Amino acid sequence: MTDTATQKPVPVTVLTGYLGAGKTTLLNRILSESHGKKYAVIVNEFGEIGIDNDLIVESDEEIYEMNNGCVCCTVRGDLIRVVEGLMRRPGRFDGIIVETTGLADPVPVAQTFFMDDDVRSKTELDAVVALVDAKHLPLRLKDSREAEDQIAFADVVLVNKTDLVTPEELAVVEDVVRAINPTARIYKTSRSGVDLARVLDQGAFNLERALENDPHFLEHGHEDHVCGPDCDHDHGHDHGHHHHDHDHHHHDHDHHHHHGEMSPIHDVTVKSISLRGGEMNPERFFPWIQKITQTEGPNILRLKGIIAFKGDEQRYVVQGVHMIVEGDHQRAWKEGEKRESRLVFIGRELDREKIEKSFLACQATA
Amino acid sequence: MPTVAPLDLEGHVVAAEFLGDVPFFATAAGTIHRLDGGEKVTEAHQGLLACVRDPHSATLLTGGEDGKVLRIAADGSVDELAHVPRKWISVLAGGPQGAVAYAYGKSSFVRQKDGTVKEFTEERSVEGLAFAPKGLRIAAARYNGVSLHWVGTNAPAADLDWKGAHTGVTFSPDGRFLVTMMQENALHGWKLEGKPGEHRHMRMTGYPAKVKSLSWSPKGKWLASSGAPAAIVWPFASKDGPMGKAPLELGTRADIMVTQVAFHPAEEVLAIGFVDGMILGVRIADGKEALLRRPGKGAITGMGWSASGKLLAFASEAGDCGVIDISA
Repeated sequence: MTDTATQKPVPVTVLTGYLGAGKTTLLNRILSESHGKKYAVIVNEFGEIGIDNDLIVESDEEIYEMNNGCVCCTVRGDLIRVVEGLMRRPGRFDGIIVETTGLADPVPVAQTFFMDDDVRSKTELDAVVALVDAKHLPLRLKDSREAEDQIAFADVVLVNKTDLVTPEELAVVEDVVRAINPTARIYKTSRSGVDLARVLDQGAFNLERALENDPHFLEHGHEDHVCGPDCDHDHGHDHGHHHHDHDHHHHDHDHHHHHGEMSPIHDVTVKSISLRGGEMNPERFFPWIQKITQTEGPNILRLKGIIAFKGDEQRYVVQGVHMIVEGDHQRAWKEGEKRESRLVFIGRELDREKIEKSFLACQATA
Repeated sequence: MPTVAPLDLEGHVVAAEFLGDVPFFATAAGTIHRLDGGEKVTEAHQGLLACVRDPHSATLLTGGEDGKVLRIAADGSVDELAHVPRKWISVLAGGPQGAVAYAYGKSSFVRQKDGTVKEFTEERSVEGLAFAPKGLRIAAARYNGVSLHWVGTNAPAADLDWKGAHTGVTFSPDGRFLVTMMQENALHGWKLEGKPGEHRHMRMTGYPAKVKSLSWSPKGKWLASSGAPAAIVWPFASKDGPMGKAPLELGTRADIMVTQVAFHPAEEVLAIGFVDGMILGVRIADGKEALLRRPGKGAITGMGWSASGKLLAFASEAGDCGVIDISA
């Protein structure tokens, strides 16, 4: 229609993580390394970003509930205004990064990019990246719900500061992250040392790209999900700390019972429900997904899935945030590709049995 | 047929206003262009976010990404009124006797002509400011309502509460009504007469998009608004305002949204700017339309009439601005 309306939407990366998890280190890398791209960064405080840059914008977190009776329909009012300002001069940068405070709920940030028409017309949520401090995660999970929410909501999780924990501790942390969010890609890093190409420009919310990048969606334990570029590096470190590990090991034994109580998994309230089914009847599936996101929306943090509809040559991709659900055809089913439907819900107080039963009832053969 | 003198600028243009007979154009990059015997340019901001015409003097007030609040005079000269490093100033308003209100974060500020500044703290971020017609009070739009502050005293603010995010605010010219723009697609109004705490609410809903532009008719009988594929014009002549009344829909186009509205300074004639760059002039009395500008490269982002009402300056998202002479 107009020049600006036909411009490609600017990708937005949301960076979450507790204070000390390594967000600032990662931001400094993004701002200083030569990757040929420029980013506008929206922060709550300039704080420790030691880089002078016109494109760092300080913004006061301002959460607005939408006046539609839905308590989970929240947006970040400050972001609407800042993004509007930034997008008047879009040639200055290739992407926008929103850094949230340690305790922030990532949901209003993400929903801003779906619920505000002006923001939505010019930008596109690219991915939510959560940084996790491998050393302190168990403690964080125990004393706050936000740490869990941040992991549950993420597309990419950086388990950072791996050099400060033993391989055993790291394995536990990784299991916890995987238990909270089976769909996220996990990278193990120290000093936020991840290949930036695995953090930026992911297209995780883009229905065409979301699952294309993730060919093994829902196939647990596949190495694509857990392998990070720092793997070798970390192993080196692990060997160096081998002696220390033994000390810790002994320590663990003394407090074995206590350690069991403090098991991070014990403190986790978010769970995921992974569903598999055959080809679906669209006349059953669409009313079902509408209804479930309306009634269970407040409990659903994320949902993602690939749906095979009977008689449809194309894969159908769905994803959602609370009550917002989007879907579209993605690509044709490949020859020999198994036509099955897979759907994951991540949330709280979800009734697995009920959801699974009603999901399976949407099958064409049901 | 009106004639259009085009002015092509680089990038998004935030506002077009007249000071005397000279049209001014404020770009998002921060330059102020004026057509005063040829194009002249003032480098004002490193990134300009807001530009309003001071209703009480022949000057412009601007706020920027550089944290500056500036007053731009008719000769293009710049007076720095405030500088708050690292804060974006996107909310400001002009008051009587050289007063200026601006806001950032959870505070509003009123600066008097002598340079004294008074701060009003708010519960939530300020999204819009307006001086009451006599300038004794300012209204600060925020989440869940509006705070009404007395500029000259330390009396506590009067709170006008209405659930939801209020993103802009305006007083009717006679000061009887206060109207806000909201994050959802609606206006909200309060009738200010009566005892404190008894302000009557007016809900003005039914818009398909957010309202970004409001304009009062010269005597305050009408309030025009954007946010629909027609200008939505609410009647405010009676003592209860638009309560129980339907608005006029002027300049209706199939699915092309109105982005800006600007009433003529003397007549009940409304200039309506659209997202495709077209501008219509419509007479309230009979709804008669005149094409003032054909569609252009981008949405109309601002319009301002000359004092005589013969010239209309317009700004565009794509930089294709101009001045329309309707007397021709």
